Amino acid sequence: MASEAYEAVIGLEVHAHLQTAAKLFCGCATKFGASPNDNVCPVCIGMPGVLPVLNRRAVELAIRMGLAAHCEIAPFSIFARKSYFYPDLPKGYQISQYELPLCRGGYVELPGNGGAPRRIRLVRIHLEEDAGKNIHERDASLIDFNRSGVPLAEIVSEPDLRSAEEAVEYLNELRSLLVYVGASDGKLEEGAFRCDCNVSIRPRGSSELGVKTEIKNLNSFRFVEKAINYEIKRQIEILEAGGRIPQETHLFDPEREVTRPMRSKEFANDYRYFPEPDLPPLCVSPAMIEELRATMPELPAERRARYASELGLGDYEVGILTREREVADYFEAMIPALKNPKSAANWVMTEVLRIVNESGKSIDEAAPPATESAALLRMVEETKLSLNAAKTAFAAMVKSRKSAAATIEELGLIQISDESAIASACEAVLAAEPDKVAEYRGGRDKLFGFFVGQVMKAMGGKANPRVINEVLRKKLAG
Amino acid sequence: MTSDLYKLTIAEAHARLSRGEISSRELTRACLDRIAAVDSRVHAFLSVIEDQALAQADDADARLRAGSAPTLCGIPLGIKDIFCTRGIRTTCASRILENFVPPFDATVIERLRAAGAVFLGKTNMDEFAMGSSTENSAFGPTRNPFDLERVPGGSSGGSAAAVAADECIAALGTDTGGSIRLPAAFCGIVGIKPTYSRVSRYGVIAYASSLDQVGPFTKTVRDAAVMLHALAGVDPRDSTCSARSAPDYTKALTGEVKNLRIGVPREYFVEGMQPEVERAIRAALASYRELGAETVEISLPHTEYAIAAYYLIATAEASANLARYDGVRYGLRVDAADHIELYNRSRDAGFGAEVKRRIMLGTFALSAGYYDAYYLKAQKVRTLIRRDFEQAFEHCDLIATPTTPATAFKIGERTADPLQMYLSDIFTISVNLAGLPGLAMPCGYDDRGLPIGLQLIGPPFGEEIILRAGDAFERVFTPRRPEL
Repeated sequence: MASEAYEAVIGLEVHAHLQTAAKLFCGCATKFGASPNDNVCPVCIGMPGVLPVLNRRAVELAIRMGLAAHCEIAPFSIFARKSYFYPDLPKGYQISQYELPLCRGGYVELPGNGGAPRRIRLVRIHLEEDAGKNIHERDASLIDFNRSGVPLAEIVSEPDLRSAEEAVEYLNELRSLLVYVGASDGKLEEGAFRCDCNVSIRPRGSSELGVKTEIKNLNSFRFVEKAINYEIKRQIEILEAGGRIPQETHLFDPEREVTRPMRSKEFANDYRYFPEPDLPPLCVSPAMIEELRATMPELPAERRARYASELGLGDYEVGILTREREVADYFEAMIPALKNPKSAANWVMTEVLRIVNESGKSIDEAAPPATESAALLRMVEETKLSLNAAKTAFAAMVKSRKSAAATIEELGLIQISDESAIASACEAVLAAEPDKVAEYRGGRDKLFGFFVGQVMKAMGGKANPRVINEVLRKKLAG
Repeated sequence: MTSDLYKLTIAEAHARLSRGEISSRELTRACLDRIAAVDSRVHAFLSVIEDQALAQADDADARLRAGSAPTLCGIPLGIKDIFCTRGIRTTCASRILENFVPPFDATVIERLRAAGAVFLGKTNMDEFAMGSSTENSAFGPTRNPFDLERVPGGSSGGSAAAVAADECIAALGTDTGGSIRLPAAFCGIVGIKPTYSRVSRYGVIAYASSLDQVGPFTKTVRDAAVMLHALAGVDPRDSTCSARSAPDYTKALTGEVKNLRIGVPREYFVEGMQPEVERAIRAALASYRELGAETVEISLPHTEYAIAAYYLIATAEASANLARYDGVRYGLRVDAADHIELYNRSRDAGFGAEVKRRIMLGTFALSAGYYDAYYLKAQKVRTLIRRDFEQAFEHCDLIATPTTPATAFKIGERTADPLQMYLSDIFTISVNLAGLPGLAMPCGYDDRGLPIGLQLIGPPFGEEIILRAGDAFERVFTPRRPEL
């Protein structure tokens, strides 16, 4: 909410599922969509006597995320038990990290949108296990433990965000990073993303922090935005009315789009953290970190900088092309075949993303391979194909899955650039229209378009318009 | 005529089984008959699984006939009711798990099954291993076979009494603060708590995870070596389990103790100790000198803080470990209007007084504002105690102490005073805090004929040294058997 007098100060705690085949402390599958309590074993339902065994893959993914966010990777970190009673928490404690988390510090860089890129500092990223899910029926509460033990990265930011929009931008960037490093498929709608927001306001220009409200358990970017905006407005109203903001924990009500304070009973837990005696300290060797660093992909911020400086693309194009890793990869796979990367950028942003968005599928499923897209554009560059013909061919290829060459052949879209063929068509048109030729030569410049149209029509729309222009100009001048 | 095969040791039984002189079925039958004859008085067992035991015995006999069976093949064992046994009720002597049947085996149970051992049943214990007398069992106390008016020690009192009363050839226990060594001492048998991480804890119902260790009760030190070899080793399901493979401990039993330096900590001969206990330990030390060993006085200066540190660390861990017993997924449930009330009622009805006391102690020790003063400070004390032992082992190869300051006390004598009860573990607890191996074995009897326990403590993974020293002493000392 825009306000002249106040500035919002926002920090986020994001919990994101890490995409591993097995759970964090047992071998059960993490696959979403199984029947309730299919993916469970004695360990993840907290039977007596069971012990956790750490999934190294989850550690690797969390470290990759830490590297992507410029964190310091701790050579020595420890797991801790966080105790609270809830029916979906089988052991009565969650194995998390408290003191000595895996990743410390770091930052996430947001696109500048015209200005300089902004850095949102992180406090930490740590590993923890998810809980199960309570399902409330009319007469009973049921619990599904499929999610119990699924690995989560908790990513805690400093209070560096200043608006709901910026918070959403930050979330998009986090999601993008998770996908880039292979830690997530980006489908955060399946309960794989949860966020707590800490929101306070202060007079613009002040450097002191106001009293914060914690808003818990937001599970979509849209709710984060709405909840923060609601909360900023609520706090401004309190201060304007001369009131004081109490330190509270709120819950967002997605139906009414308001936040309400939780009863102290609902959140006032003393978690009694202490080091998890069932797991030895997590030691990460410099060699392991370097190995993971060596396999890191180019990250969105780096790509953005490169696209701007090397390819000369604008902020808007850069933003769209880099947000999803698969889109940027597609774009880059087209470039080697082409003289002008900008035409590839335009092509991806219009043709390719349109069909991706319309189909709701991934780029690999929805679009022809990048090399085929590039083949079309190369023919346009070589004037063998008009841009419109390329679009026609592309639409056909989406359905047929045939190659660019085969499709153009089949649809007869090859462009005629042969000057002698075009010249004879021009001569025929001019000969058929002596009156109009005279009018043109008498000063009616506008008739030029008419002649071009006639020639194009005579050649079945396949002639190269640039060549038609050249030939006609010569002939009409002569 | 009833057979007296139940009196055999593992080594004797194995010899006769492998020669085909007896069958595991006969041996198992003898133990089952012995249980039927004496357990109504001793109450060592919470459940006896006769049919399954005999089926296991038959399987073992088939293996024995095929030749080259492991030493434990066909040997009838008692299993403390803290080990998860697939398909066999596992209660931890608690109402809250009264009807709990695990769908899986503890790693050590799996190993014993693979070795062909026979399980006679599940033995009594203090509820969740919290106690020193087995009086905290929700299903009634076990009695000491040497004097049925007295406790067998705890928490693994059922297993110790079962071995002492010849109801099984050997038994399995766990030791968090002395729960193997104390009952072994009170019942006049051999018990060993291995180095922390030596034996897998997977499937062992947790009391205090950083202290719990699995170990055997046996009639002889040699049998303890055999059992330990079968139990110890790497387990990918326990991240705290050592990656070292387990040696054949029987190879260490050379009978040779010449030039072995035995440290005797001055802090372990305290005022108020039962005089016969001190006399018996001093006599055992004299025997070692006669055998060629050297005894050296050492100091473990932080000993007096061990009990305080233990009751903070163990209860803190227990408060979290026992949070899973909430009536939601398994075990006792007392229904209520909402989930909070359901927890309250189920836990109130399911846990006994001592368990509740320790959960509250531990919860308090971890609470905001108290963590540093209690839990953290206790961890610092633990480090100091570990350092005491490290320094002591610069001057000796092993340490000898009494296992307990006094012999078995009467049932009911200490139940009213938890602190008095906690002091029973004064000589055993430091060993758990330091993660060291400790062996308890009989070395004498008091004026009432009650067994006195010698404790031998080794450096980390020094099981071979204490087994060797224990075996050497056993060669010059003849233990008594109780009359039942």
